[in-house]
Amino acid sequence: MTKPVLSVEALSALSARNGTYVLSDVSLTLQPGEVRGLVGESGAGKSTIAKAVLGILPSTIRIAGGWIRFEGDDLLTARPSVLRNLLGRDITLIPQDPQTALNPARRIGAQLTDGLRLKLGMNAASARARAFQLMDEVQIRDPARVFDSFPHQLSGGMRQRILIAQAFAPNPKLVIADEPTTALDVTVQKEILRLVRRMQEAHGTAVIFVTHDLGVVAKICDSVTLLYSGHVIEQGATADLIERPRHAYTRALIAAGPRYDRPGQGLQPVPERVFADLRKEIGQRETADV
Amino acid sequence: MTASDFLSRLLAALLTLFGVGVVIFCLLRVVPGDPIAMMISPSATPADITALRAHYGLDRSIFEQFVIWIGDVAQGDFGRSISLKRPVVELVGERLPASLELVFAALIFGVVSGGLIAVAGTLSRKTPVEPLLDLINGLFLAVPDFIWALALVLLFGVLWPVFPLSGRMDPSVSTDFATPFYLIESMIRLNLAVMLDILGHMAMPVLALGLPLASIIARTLKEALNEAMVQDYVLLGRLKGMSEMRLVLGEALRNAVGPTLSLTGVQFTFMIGGTVIVERIFSFPGIGSMAIDAVINRDLPLIQGIILAFGTLFIAINIIVDALSNRLNPRQTHG
Repeated sequence: MTKPVLSVEALSALSARNGTYVLSDVSLTLQPGEVRGLVGESGAGKSTIAKAVLGILPSTIRIAGGWIRFEGDDLLTARPSVLRNLLGRDITLIPQDPQTALNPARRIGAQLTDGLRLKLGMNAASARARAFQLMDEVQIRDPARVFDSFPHQLSGGMRQRILIAQAFAPNPKLVIADEPTTALDVTVQKEILRLVRRMQEAHGTAVIFVTHDLGVVAKICDSVTLLYSGHVIEQGATADLIERPRHAYTRALIAAGPRYDRPGQGLQPVPERVFADLRKEIGQRETADV
Repeated sequence: MTASDFLSRLLAALLTLFGVGVVIFCLLRVVPGDPIAMMISPSATPADITALRAHYGLDRSIFEQFVIWIGDVAQGDFGRSISLKRPVVELVGERLPASLELVFAALIFGVVSGGLIAVAGTLSRKTPVEPLLDLINGLFLAVPDFIWALALVLLFGVLWPVFPLSGRMDPSVSTDFATPFYLIESMIRLNLAVMLDILGHMAMPVLALGLPLASIIARTLKEALNEAMVQDYVLLGRLKGMSEMRLVLGEALRNAVGPTLSLTGVQFTFMIGGTVIVERIFSFPGIGSMAIDAVINRDLPLIQGIILAFGTLFIAINIIVDALSNRLNPRQTHG
């Protein structure tokens, strides 16, 4: 078996405000080139995991225990100089909202090349050449115009393509995609999903795909980790999890999704009984921990 | 700015100035106080007074007086000062440059020091330095310019007399200047002794006018910078390996500076108003201290001329601020 790119081990995190667990005993392992869906409703802890890996947790959240190992080295205890080398080069981010993730006052070209220059030490000319190559990879048709544009002159989908190009620019080993399609039109969403998948395959990059949408997971993820209230409920290969869900919550979630093959049938919310059982189970897990 | 934009702004500016002229002209003639009463000797007879009134045209209706005045102004004749017996244009032309040097020096001081404090505060956020800076800045924010002036007189004029107390320069310094902009001229001529003497005289009034501006810029800019620093593009910049300094100056500043720029424009016009008192305290021979004398003497033409000069200045500042904020916003320049 190959060495995992990322292994999160027994990670727990506390809210500094009220002392409740936002993550408890979360473990997951990511092999090189694997696309992992991190799924859960708001507050399930999926973004917290992503932020913890990137070292950008807000001051209101404190790590209470566990390890985040990147190729064997723990990120939580790594020296700042080591982290600076890893983050932005081996681990990069595709942010959620392409509106706020590009600096409105700077041209696309400058924003696309400054990472290449700062992290990879390229000179201006080779960074520019690489930027054009990347824009070609993410299928931007008139790269010369886009290179000299300001963000407000591009569509949301176009901006997200730039951000994907930026994330894959340093040939990272792990890309964290934080709901990159949530802020986009449905028609654009599909293209962006395909693009992330294609870029990931071309670069052999492992991806953590944070989403609340099981439909997205089914389309592009090799494996899934389903979270609820900071706990891992179920994880495994996507096909297994969707076809043979073991946990009642998973089953209910799958049933709650829209069925385009049966348009007459309305949406089925997750039954209250499932939540009650889930909360009981989590309560038992937390008392067992103590 | 296109040519038609420029024309419409010019037209609007002229209309505004006309409005200012109407208001100040009528106001001065409605409020109590009589320029003739200020100039006559106790022995003057009622006939003398009537003659003087007729001489200055004050016996005519306000409307008639206004038409005559505005007609002259349109031809560049702002009348003669009643108390100083010299053309208003000449007087304003002598005094305005001194005030302009003063307020622009105070503006530069306020923008530079306010900007530095804002950047320092942003760089030190979440450290104990930040609340300390905020506290000091809050105290500075509460002190108006004339209180600064009095405090500075006590501090650097009396307790530790390092700066001269009054005037624009030492009387012993040569005065053969080709322009009324003494500071700029001495800089261009590299006349260091004169330049330092003028700067020394300007130090306290510049501080008094500039400190309130500095503290309000520091507060506004720091708030905007802190807001920009939590945006995703700053987070990505950090991941791309930018230093905190570069994140503040290169990424956040251009997006944060807009509100501060508009505010600086407004505050700058207040500051020009502030020269009236601050120049008085330091006996600085600018247009502000002349304005007080003109009001005391009910010198109607001079007051009108000074007010129109102030009005032109305010309008010019507003146009410059608008042009600058358009420049800074790529949505305006690259539609």
